[in-house]
Amino acid sequence: MKTIRPFPAALFLALLASALGGCASPKLVRVQPWERAMLADEIMNPGRDSLATAMAEHTFFSRESAAGGQGVGGSGCGCN
Amino acid sequence: MSPLTKSCLLAALGLALAAVTRAEVKIGAAFPKLESAGLSGNLPDTVGKIVIVDFWASWCAPCKESFPFYGKLQQEYAARGVVIVAVSVDQKSADYDSFVKKLKPAFTTVHDREQKLVGAVKVPTMPTSYLLDRNGKVRAIHDGYHGEHTELVLRKEIDALLAEKN
Repeated sequence: MKTIRPFPAALFLALLASALGGCASPKLVRVQPWERAMLADEIMNPGRDSLATAMAEHTFFSRESAAGGQGVGGSGCGCN
Repeated sequence: MSPLTKSCLLAALGLALAAVTRAEVKIGAAFPKLESAGLSGNLPDTVGKIVIVDFWASWCAPCKESFPFYGKLQQEYAARGVVIVAVSVDQKSADYDSFVKKLKPAFTTVHDREQKLVGAVKVPTMPTSYLLDRNGKVRAIHDGYHGEHTELVLRKEIDALLAEKN
């Protein structure tokens, strides 16, 4: 009958605990809800300049023959 | 004790510690003392009163939406011993000042400039409001502001607290 070797099991559990412990620290994984002033700023809105958005979309259409996927139905996968 | 048992215990301890470090203030817990939280602004007398602590920010749209309701609530319940304290978590004082100047809230607003209180409470979302009983214990938590639903539930909870004997 096979038995569990204690050292690898101990090592595995220690690694698991440290990994999960790291995940459990919210500071390491995400910006806190009260720290999102910068993210809520209008400058973070990629579509804030409608002219720039239209020009970028035109570039994608001309260069890649791709349209859509930015607030319109359908995909940008060569449907033109 | 075998090495396996030892490592199991260590792992459990590690996970428990990790859980403690990310603990939020939950229902039934004592809310941190507002007086010693380093807040800017004048705090109202909250001794023996039912307190609603609302965390907000000038950049948070639902927070702004909730202000007229809290103003109405304060007017309705002030005489019955309910106090609303709205804690701003704005990092810039200018943002806090201009927001308050513009909206002129009918309840107390204070500024948690260093974000010490909000960091201790660890609000799950913005806005979040905490309903505290007369002993400063958290009795209800409202994540976000959901218009009529929040208003209805909060009123019921306040009425239930008012009906309780001291």
